[in-house]
Amino acid sequence: MGIQSAAPLDVEAIREEFPILEREVAAETPLVYLDNAATTQTPRPVLDAMDRYYREYNANVHRGLHTLSQEASVAYEDAHDRLAAFVGASGGREELLFTKNTTESLNLVAQAHGLNELGPDDAIVTTEMEHHSSLVTWQQVARRTGAEVRYIGFTDEGYLDMTDAEELIDEDAAVVSVVHVSNTFGTVNPVARLGELAHEQDALFVVDGAQAVPNMPVDVEAIDADCYAFSGHKMAGPTGIGCLYGKRQVLAEMEPFLYGGEMIRSVSFEESSWNDLPWKYEAGTPPIAEGIGLAAAADYIDDIGREQIERHEDWLVEYALDRLAELDGITIHGPRDPADRAGLVAFTMDDIHAHDIAEITNAHGVAIRAGHHCTQPLHERLGIAATSRASFYCYNTRGEIDVLIEALLDTQELFS
Amino acid sequence: MSPGADMYREQILDHYKRPRNHGKLEDPTFTHTGENPVCGDKITIDVELEDDVISSIAFRGDGCAISQASASLLSQELIGMDLDDVEELDRDDVTDLLGVDISPMRIKCAVLAEKIVQDGAKIYEGELDIEHTTTE
Repeated sequence: MGIQSAAPLDVEAIREEFPILEREVAAETPLVYLDNAATTQTPRPVLDAMDRYYREYNANVHRGLHTLSQEASVAYEDAHDRLAAFVGASGGREELLFTKNTTESLNLVAQAHGLNELGPDDAIVTTEMEHHSSLVTWQQVARRTGAEVRYIGFTDEGYLDMTDAEELIDEDAAVVSVVHVSNTFGTVNPVARLGELAHEQDALFVVDGAQAVPNMPVDVEAIDADCYAFSGHKMAGPTGIGCLYGKRQVLAEMEPFLYGGEMIRSVSFEESSWNDLPWKYEAGTPPIAEGIGLAAAADYIDDIGREQIERHEDWLVEYALDRLAELDGITIHGPRDPADRAGLVAFTMDDIHAHDIAEITNAHGVAIRAGHHCTQPLHERLGIAATSRASFYCYNTRGEIDVLIEALLDTQELFS
Repeated sequence: MSPGADMYREQILDHYKRPRNHGKLEDPTFTHTGENPVCGDKITIDVELEDDVISSIAFRGDGCAISQASASLLSQELIGMDLDDVEELDRDDVTDLLGVDISPMRIKCAVLAEKIVQDGAKIYEGELDIEHTTTE
């Protein structure tokens, strides 16, 4: 595919749906938003859905008998079915619960399953490319239960070491928790194979899908995940909402993680019983507007098509890898083959600190991420404190990558 | 122009590329190290005193341009200063030295060296008991 090839998506039409992309970050400096792995922008249909909820049927859910509460309850409950379908969960709402974000989804599994089921003879197998949301959480479970944490390593090119995986996932493995797409390398990990290895040992198979669900078709049943976590704000949805898919059996057996209203069936002074799935995991007034907004985001993304979004991101990454490679002193982290990675590229440039790079690219209007991206142990293994990361979504163009490259050349000149 | 580019004025880049008082002292009165976890900046400073006045100073470390340039600029300012005056320094003194507006996210980079010298002096005087300084 040549540099001149046409964009797989009609980007101009898509950009019209994102009002924020019209803004400037300084006079004559239009926004070039390349920090989508941190959070994506929000299209009009999502803004409208949330606005409509607050203007027309704002009410608490589940209990009220009045019209507004009924309308809100139906919309909020239906949103669970919508998100279940979005990731291929055939059980509908009973297999899909709303949380605050991926981090809370993983903490829920760690608390509800990990703390209750694990002991000193058990191993939690995870990877060296985990986000802190998973790594720190399982560390804590290990500390409190006496279980051992094992880390599957990665190769120089940022692929998971599957020989290592086969060795580490042995008969002691009680939980295997892996990241679907690395937020630093961009690597798409072979989760279906890891699921097989986990299930051969009767381990609970947990997947962090935060960087996968927004960018590619995901089928939790094909992966055979027992639990699968993802966030709303990285898939054109609002902040404050995330999802946890769990197999019906798994969710039925686990104890609740939060207690309070909405999650109970009946309460006496002596004891309480739990509500049906998924509500037993959603204590207190839930993120109603956000749930409705997230369902609208799922519709919006499916209208474009996740195969098309994936193709578009591959097309952008291919170009970004080529253009970045033109720069002197650049090191690109992660797989060389665009097909093996999602739409993000982390790099280091000469000895220039990532925060200096991000500050100067910002002066060009280009928003990128700089730091350890919540994967500090991974950076330590690479022997670097921080990387810069450009990440793409359906509204980005190759022209925007050119602006990034100009900004990086300017940075190099300043520091030469 | 946004504050981002403005932060990288000639003076800062000059001090980053050619840091003054960079290296080690043969016989320092005290040595102290600190880090800024936000950027991963690390700096170690050697201080030599004569009658509680800083007679020479040397720093080494790595990190972003703002942290390293601040250390260089501050080191020049500190020579001849007595410890009481060192204690009185605040973040405005550093931003004045840098001569630019520092964005809120980067202020911890700018004040790292200042805090290391202040904490080092307090440890020397027996007023503080810490292993190393952090600007978190």
